[in-house]
Amino acid sequence: SLQFGTPRSVFITSLIPVGTSIMAVEFEGGVVIGADSRTTTGAYIANRVTDKLTPIHERIFCCRSGSAADTQAIADAVTYQLGFHSIELDEAPLVQTAASLFREMCYRYREELMAGIIVAGWDPRRGGQVYTVPVGGMMTRQPVSVGGSGSSYIYGYVDSNYRAGMSKEECLKFTAEALTLAMERDGSSGGVVRLAVVSEQGVERQVILGNQLPKFSTV
Amino acid sequence: KCPLVVSRTFWGKNIKCVCFYRNALLEADINKLGFSSPAARKTGTTICGVVYKDGVVLGADTRATEGMVVADKNCSKIHYISPNIYCCGAGTAADTEMTTQIISSNLELHSLSTGRLPRVTTANRMLKQMLFRYQGYIGAALVLGGVDCNGPHLYSIYPHGSTDKLPYVTMGSGSLAAMAVFEDRYRPNMEEEEAKRLVRDAIAAGIFNDLGSGSNIDLCVITKGKVDYLRPHDMANKKGVRTGSYRYKHGTTGVLTKAVTPLNLEVVEESVQTMDTS
Repeated sequence: SLQFGTPRSVFITSLIPVGTSIMAVEFEGGVVIGADSRTTTGAYIANRVTDKLTPIHERIFCCRSGSAADTQAIADAVTYQLGFHSIELDEAPLVQTAASLFREMCYRYREELMAGIIVAGWDPRRGGQVYTVPVGGMMTRQPVSVGGSGSSYIYGYVDSNYRAGMSKEECLKFTAEALTLAMERDGSSGGVVRLAVVSEQGVERQVILGNQLPKFSTV
Repeated sequence: KCPLVVSRTFWGKNIKCVCFYRNALLEADINKLGFSSPAARKTGTTICGVVYKDGVVLGADTRATEGMVVADKNCSKIHYISPNIYCCGAGTAADTEMTTQIISSNLELHSLSTGRLPRVTTANRMLKQMLFRYQGYIGAALVLGGVDCNGPHLYSIYPHGSTDKLPYVTMGSGSLAAMAVFEDRYRPNMEEEEAKRLVRDAIAAGIFNDLGSGSNIDLCVITKGKVDYLRPHDMANKKGVRTGSYRYKHGTTGVLTKAVTPLNLEVVEESVQTMDTS
């Protein structure tokens, strides 16, 4: 069957929610993931308390950025596939497997999708892992990864402040501060900071409200 | 010249792009001649929903527009999905109507198969998967609410297939006005009367401050085991009563000549259809 790029005139002026700051950090024993909570359609904030940290399996999460419709659909599909795979194996799935499933989907449909995803979690074989699957469908493992429109503003902060071998509390502080800085400068990010720690013990989630965010000496 | 039938495989399923390309070509041809194609009837709209102590309250205005003309002064935007689930629709009127009917039908079959009352999250999943499959070409923005075995739930569903689960939502062209009211006065676990007043005021804000919304306010209160479909709940824009008679008296215009030609017609059938002038 013929494949055509859709002509510009046929595109409906979209109300695709985009704009985000997401982040994930590996530490000894697990991962810390974080995201802002803003979904925008143009200049209107459609949801100011979004949860962009989506559970894919018991100890595997994904941070979603890009089109909300695309990332929700991909996450639902991968959740199904991974759940099925896990039942077949009769054991907990690997984080790399989840990341591969995301990569397969994001690469195969790269022309139609706008999705930047960070897959993070804990498995018994390799411990805490962070895999990034940006727009286009590449997959790579990184000790720390940032994503979304707000990430551009914090690459410098992350590169200079990340140290290997941080503890869980240090990672939480690092993530919260980085996301706060991103939300401060990026118009499409904001709201509250949602954090989660995924480790052998399970998942601990927390929310940092607007007035409790760390303060920096910006004007 | 691109062919008329193009089949795109997306998400493992084929969506036939026949109509999309044909419509684009027709639109271009019509524009070249200097005309504009007729606008689809949209519902303009203010729709909203709120979760309160015992359930959910859904609200909607009743104006349907075709461009800048009001096509229907009293249309119904709160659609039935299942006995415990209702859905307000904004966007293209045909799309919201048909989409909700399709999902309502599938949900009834599903409910017969499971032997259980359908859950709101099931309706949400069916709607989002269908809208995503059509990549936003189905212009339906929905507020889905209901009460099931897990309590009251409220979802907002966008035409591209993304959904948000929230305690209060607004959609449509009047959504900003309605959201302003919600952000000011929403509290968790409200009583029924307070929730109804809040939704009524939110829709009223949309009706009086947005040109795409107007006429009456419909409400739908869903609780465990009971649904109150209040249509209309508030007739905020009743047509006024004329204070005088403005008919011209007989003889105002002088008659110069009169010619009468009788037509011999046989009355076969007589039927009267009254126009809705409300």
